[in-house]
Amino acid sequence: MSAIQYRPGKEPHPKEHRVVFKNVDRADWDTSLKTYESEGGYDQLKKALGMEPKTITEEVKAAGLRGRGGAGFPAGMKWSFLPPNNDKPVYLICNADESEPGTFKDRYIIHQDPHQLIEGMAIACFATGARLAYIYIREEFPEGAQILEKAIAEAHKAGYLGKNIQGSGFDLEIYVHRGAGAYICGEETGLIESLEGKRPYPRIKPPYFPAAMGLYLCPTIVNNVETLCHVKHILEIGSEAWAKTGTPNNTGTRILCVSGDVKKPGYYEVQVGKVTMGELINDMCGGLKEGRELKAVIPGGSSAKVLRADEVFTVGRGDGARELTIWDIPMDFDTLAACGSMAGSGGVIVIDDSRSISWVLNNINNFYAHESCGQCTPCREGSLWMKKITDRVVAGKASPSDIDTLDSVARNIDGRTICAFGEAASWPTESFVEKFRDELVADTKPELEDDFLNAEALTAAANLR
Amino acid sequence: MSFAVPSDLEKEIDDRITHYPVSKRSAVLPVLHALQHHFGYIEEAAVEWAAAKLELEPIQVLEVVTFYPGFRQSAPGKCHIRVCRTLSCAMAGSYELMDKLCEKTGIDRSGVTHHDPIAVSADGKFSIEFAECLASCGTGPVCLVNDDFHEAVSDVDGLLSQYQ
Ligand SMILES: Cc1cc2nc3c(=O)[nH]c(=O)nc-3n(C[C@H](O)[C@H](O)[C@H](O)COP(=O)(O)O)c2cc1C
Ligand code: SF4
Ligand code: FES
Repeated sequence: MSAIQYRPGKEPHPKEHRVVFKNVDRADWDTSLKTYESEGGYDQLKKALGMEPKTITEEVKAAGLRGRGGAGFPAGMKWSFLPPNNDKPVYLICNADESEPGTFKDRYIIHQDPHQLIEGMAIACFATGARLAYIYIREEFPEGAQILEKAIAEAHKAGYLGKNIQGSGFDLEIYVHRGAGAYICGEETGLIESLEGKRPYPRIKPPYFPAAMGLYLCPTIVNNVETLCHVKHILEIGSEAWAKTGTPNNTGTRILCVSGDVKKPGYYEVQVGKVTMGELINDMCGGLKEGRELKAVIPGGSSAKVLRADEVFTVGRGDGARELTIWDIPMDFDTLAACGSMAGSGGVIVIDDSRSISWVLNNINNFYAHESCGQCTPCREGSLWMKKITDRVVAGKASPSDIDTLDSVARNIDGRTICAFGEAASWPTESFVEKFRDELVADTKPELEDDFLNAEALTAAANLR
Repeated sequence: MSFAVPSDLEKEIDDRITHYPVSKRSAVLPVLHALQHHFGYIEEAAVEWAAAKLELEPIQVLEVVTFYPGFRQSAPGKCHIRVCRTLSCAMAGSYELMDKLCEKTGIDRSGVTHHDPIAVSADGKFSIEFAECLASCGTGPVCLVNDDFHEAVSDVDGLLSQYQ
């Protein structure tokens, strides 16, 4: 195969390993079926239709593909949670809500390579027995929704969707469903409620694990766009070859989205764990801006706990334990978790020393206060109080003890809510207060202490903690 | 003025509803999107029309309209602008972008609230609101003008001149 030509200025970095993003920014690529077919498009679907569905799930399991939407849960394992001897219909939903701040990868797959996603979905549907599937796409991608609908129509016409696909007897319809601007629709059970035409109030797990009780209370698989695209590539090269990319337990490639204070923000598809934070920021993103120093990194979307630039992280246990600086962290699921944060959705937000920590945290708190669905009291009230307190810090109207109150509000949310939004909303505050307390306190005014709290209130607050 | 849905729009809506063979109620969002796209916002009569169409109680439609930031209950300007205000865009200058857009369109945002986030220019040409992360954080500041996406916006006059 001759070398792929990318659009000038959009060439992948030499440290990238493009699989899912192979066709993104290609000079000679468009979203048509013809173009997709000219490079083996839908061959893997044809192959899959001749396989045992179970074998496909086994392949995805063997590859060790972990979900790229946030939690990093093994996709093959999720699929095998579908109840055996099930007599209800099975549904598959592609999560294209892409709403975690800092994340912007699914956008490019949808806009530039829609058939890759449709092929991945069709294979996943065949493997799981789904005959009706939806792509839940955020409303703010109006063009993306049109591109997908056009691609689905083309695939239908060519016999890759619809009745009796390629003469296999397998039927499948895929429809595009547009959201309406709410972050909580990215949470899989909120998404399902939304798709049922209701307010997207997440459901409590157990019992509402989608694989057992999902859409219309039937078994449902929800996977991220990038996860579903990988399914096609696993079939193409086989699970063994696929798992050779990346690192053990963190196999394959994933797309990292870098934004914030770097010279070249953007998307970079890398082998999971083969690139360090230092290589990502300094080599791939061109480093920090002139004269600036790193202050902090949020490594996996705004819900991930912040990492401080001068922290030393101890990862591994016993003889295998080693110390890492922020620059040494391999960008994989397990190491970022060992460093006390998470790989999440792959959205890396870089913060340099020109930024006020109070301002950054306040911006994040604004987001979660706006997006809480309101079902659980700790989340609904707490997210708003966290915002109100950091509003006050930023306005120079907070007292030092407000920072303690801020921390205690956060710690009274996580673990006490229906869905993981509770953690998503409180982890930023918990980690910023833990790691940047001095800086937050420096933005408060000791002389205001008496204005807000008298001794009685302070005692009451202390007893609550 | 009585509320009337043109027949081609109704046909489009009926077609959308077929995408939900298990439950018509699932079509609430697409029906509302089609109505808002045509009328600019969702008025009370539109809620009632959608409810009748989907065999629901109006409250089941209204609770959806009021939950999602993507639906409006009052008329926006001819061009509706949504500026991303989330972290990466804010770092790239989205609050400054909002100020400039307001200045150039003559929009006064002082009256906006959580429940009424949209401000409209006096001539009705433009309306504006903040949006949360539009999933293009690497090219901030970004905004949507109607259905058009604009990234790395620096030339505000140039942007607005496309919509005069
Ligand atoms: C508050 C919240 C927001 C989420 N937003 C998204 C999202 O925008 N896109 C996504 O794919 N997953 C999102 N998730 C994760 C989904 O719930 C779900 O785990 C994921 O779609 C499963 O796909 P995967 O296993 O392929 O990653 C979110 C989770 C939470 C708790
Ligand atoms: S945790 Fe927050 S977002 Fe999740 S269900 Fe409860 S109130 Fe809603
Ligand atoms: S922060 Fe603006 S697009 Fe993500």
